[in-house]
Parts: sequence; structure tokens; C-alpha cells
Amino acid sequence: MSAIGLKLLPLRSRHVLPGFRLSLGFTLFYLAGIVLVPLLALVIRPVELGFDGFWTAISTPRVLASLRLSFGMALAAAVIDSFFGVIIAWVLVRYRFPGKALLDAVIDLPFALPTAVAGIALSTLYAPNGWIGAALAEYGIRVAYTPWGVLVAMVFIALPFTVRTVQPVMAELGLEVEEAAATLGATRIQTIARVVIPMLGPAVLTGMAMAFARAAGEYGSIIFIAGNIPAVSEIAPLLIVTKLEQYDYAGASAIGVVMLIASFVMLLALNGLQSWAAKRR
Amino acid sequence: MKKRYLKPTEDPLWLKLILGAVTIGFIAVLLLLPLVLMFKEALANGLNGFWASMTEPDALASVRLSLIAAAIAVPLNTVFGIAAAWAIAKYDFRGKTFLVTLIDLPFSVSPVVAGLIYVLVFGMQGWLGPTLADHDVRILFALPGIVLVTIFVTFPFVARELIPLMVDQGRDEEEAAATLGASGFQTFLRVTLPNIKWGLLYGILLCNARALGEFGAVSVVSGHIRGVTNTMPLHVQLLYDNYDYAGAFTVAALLAMLALLTLALKSLLEWRYADELAAAHRR
Repeated sequence: MSAIGLKLLPLRSRHVLPGFRLSLGFTLFYLAGIVLVPLLALVIRPVELGFDGFWTAISTPRVLASLRLSFGMALAAAVIDSFFGVIIAWVLVRYRFPGKALLDAVIDLPFALPTAVAGIALSTLYAPNGWIGAALAEYGIRVAYTPWGVLVAMVFIALPFTVRTVQPVMAELGLEVEEAAATLGATRIQTIARVVIPMLGPAVLTGMAMAFARAAGEYGSIIFIAGNIPAVSEIAPLLIVTKLEQYDYAGASAIGVVMLIASFVMLLALNGLQSWAAKRR
Repeated sequence: MKKRYLKPTEDPLWLKLILGAVTIGFIAVLLLLPLVLMFKEALANGLNGFWASMTEPDALASVRLSLIAAAIAVPLNTVFGIAAAWAIAKYDFRGKTFLVTLIDLPFSVSPVVAGLIYVLVFGMQGWLGPTLADHDVRILFALPGIVLVTIFVTFPFVARELIPLMVDQGRDEEEAAATLGASGFQTFLRVTLPNIKWGLLYGILLCNARALGEFGAVSVVSGHIRGVTNTMPLHVQLLYDNYDYAGAFTVAALLAMLALLTLALKSLLEWRYADELAAAHRR
């Protein structure tokens, strides 16, 4: 970071406005102190432990199962949320109906609601004696305390990301192309499927990637509903907490490194998606 | 019978009904039902039960701790957000895009990982743990650790609202003020601040909501000492795990009311000051 920091401070201080050194200096200092240095403590952990120890810590069946559950269910939740996210965004952008503003505001509830609060509410709702859980139990479906509970919590927590990424792009779509399609004889469904949806591609993918990243790292809302059975419904972040409580720092860091690498990959993918979307404009 | 013609960009009625029903149904079941259930459970023992659970000493201690953590984390991140946005919007330098990506980094890190990295720095098996223990300084399982992780998870909120807003506004007005002899501080106070005040408030609002509600990261570093290092969300977990559902839902309902208030203020800002919010421009 210091190498970059030095590059950022040019000798020619010909700025009209004062405060360049102060503001950028404070920004870099704070960023390094709060984010980068602590992250470094995790990133170099495999080097400190040796890669063999790192690999042994990762390749136990319990750890692998938790990673598979976190990432697999996060992918499923991202796909489900993208599907409903596009529909919800379409309804909010294109249709007019009473109570629309309220519906629009409610979308952000999972952002604003503390995750533990969402967790106990979802858990009570989907428990076998809960409002939804009891109804599902009649059909022999169990959600709470199974991997499906993990999915429900992830779908809840990640919904705003898909809606809020697609909504602004949809609002800016010109109606001209749809009119052109209609003039050329396309039915409404053809217009939506072949003209509108393809134009939303980058936004949908961006939303999906953000939903995936959020769901894979989610902890608070999931642990209450999941039942946390090792190798069945135990998510990777919970296993980090469990290992820390057992003072197994090496094991906890190993899982942490895998999750961090996944975050970096998603961040790169998102940046790639955004420049792709910018080029298409 | 007169046939009603649709505009070519309007969906047929059956499609509107299906999509509308899917939207309302999905939102009602997924988002609203948990909220309704929460308030019902919180009032299970009536208003008196609600009040008794709220004023219980450990619950009050958790409220106080959450407020203290937010009261430290939010102003610090606000100062950071302003400094970062000022540097990025008002000057040209290399590596700017990279810097913006780094500022957003805490959003893509799992809250548990956020807690973990501070354990690796300050824990007994970490970098500074043994040294700190020698000098009797407690970071983990105490207020400083809770504040640090809260700062980490709420790090980008103010900055990411201000950066696009101030980049959009450019630097013409500030440069004009500087040529007219205003000092840097005067320029900021009289020119920049009035331009960004609603965006700033919006960022602070979201930052504060997350600071009060953070669970995963705080849970890793808090140590869960009842009445001492339990924040409100952690107290919810403790009560819930002890089968005190009425108590858990009471504190949860309090947090939910805060969340609803945040949403209401956020919507109000978006509706009233849409032109002065970067977030509203993105919509």
C-alpha cells in the first residue's frame, strides 16, 4: 500500500483547492488502519501456517460440506431473487397502482432490519409450529432446521440487491425500441422476451453477483433457522465462529481465507460486469 | 362493444394481474409476514409485558452499548467519507478507481470474516495480543473491539453516497470560491456542505442503521458477557437461545421499529431531495 501511497502524492501540487494532502492522507491512513492491515492479518495466515496445514484444515469433510452449503445455496438464492427481482422491478417501474410507494420502500427492509432480528422472525415463522411451517408440515415439507431454511434466509436477505440493481436500468430503457418491435408485428410477450430482457442482461447479472456475495457471507439471519447440524445445515461463517470458540485459529482462518478469496473474485467479476455494461451503453 | 386499444408499450391486463399478484404475494410472504409476526410475539404478554422486557437491566445495558458503539463509529466514518469524497472528487491522481474499489471492500467481506480479522490482529494468538495483554489493554471482548468491527462493517456507507455525488458536482464552485479568497475551510463549509447535505444525511442514516444492527462481526469479538458486552442484536440472540421468546421479540421489535423509521426517513429523503442524492440518481 505504501508504494501506491507514494505514487498518489505527486510533487507538483498545483491544485487550486487546498487540502489534497490532508484529505487523501487521512483517507489512506484510515483505510489502511481499519481495512487493509487487518485483512492482511488474514491473507498472510496461510503463509504463516504453511500451505500444507492450510490444506489439511480446509479438506475435512465438515469444512467442505459447509463451504458447499454456503456457496451452493447462495447461488440458488441469487437465481431465485434475480427471477423475482426482475418481476418486482418491472411492476414497480411500469405499473401504476395505489400503495406502490409503500411497496417500493418495503423492498429495502432486509437492508435495514438487523440480521438477528430477521433470523428469529424467519425461524419462528417456518418452524413446524409456525404460521408457514405448520402449513408446509401438512404436505410433509420441513423448512426450518434443514438446508432449506438456509435458502429461505438467503432469499430474504439478498432480495434488495437484485431489485435495486435492475430497477434503475429498467426505468431508463427508452420506450422507442418496444414501440418499434410492436410496429414490426411482435406480440407484447415477444417484445418483453426478445427486446426488453436482453437489454437488462448486465444489470441482472450484476444484481445476481451482489446477491450471491451477500448470501454466501450471511450469518445472522441463517443461524437461527438452519438448525446448524454439522455437515448438513451448518454454513461456513458459523463454522468459523465455532472454530474460534474452540481456539482453533488455524482452522477458522483457513475457512476465512477461502471466503475472502471468493469475495475478491466476486468483486473482480462485478467490476468486469460494470465495464461490460458501460461499453454496451 | 367498443374495443379498447392498448398502447404498444402497455402490458395486457392478464399479464399485469399475474405479475402484480406475484410481486405482492412474494413481498407479503417473504418480507411482511416476518415483520407482523415479530410485533405479535413482542406483544404476546401485552403492553405491560413489552414494557417489563424493555426496561430489564440487561436489555437497557445492551441498548446503551449499541448506542455508544454507533456514536463512535458513525462520526468517524462520516469524517472519513467526507475526506475520501473530497480527495476523489476534487483532485486528479493515479489509482483513483482502485481506491474507490478498496473503499467498497468491506461490503463484500462476510461479517464473520470481519470479526475474524480483528481476532487475528488483537487475539492472544494474533499479532498484538500478547503485547496488549502485557500492558493490560483489552481490545477483544470489550468495547474497543466492538467499536472497531462496527467501524469496519459500516466503513463505506457515507463515502459511497458522497463520492458519486461530489464527482457529479465537479469542482467549479469550489474553485470559484477559492479564487474569490475563501479559505479551504470556508469553501467546504459554505459551498460544498450545502450542496451535499442531504446526501450526507442519507449516508449517515444508512451507516447508523447498520451500526446499531450489526450482528455477525460483533458476535465474533464481543465475548457475549451478559449486560456488559452484549449489543442489542446479541441480546436478542441470548434471550432467544434461553427460550425467553417474549423478551427476544421485544428487543427485536425495538430494532425493527428503528429499521422502519430508517426506511421511512430514507424514502422521505429520496422523494423530497431526489436531485441532491447520488443514490436517487442511480435509481
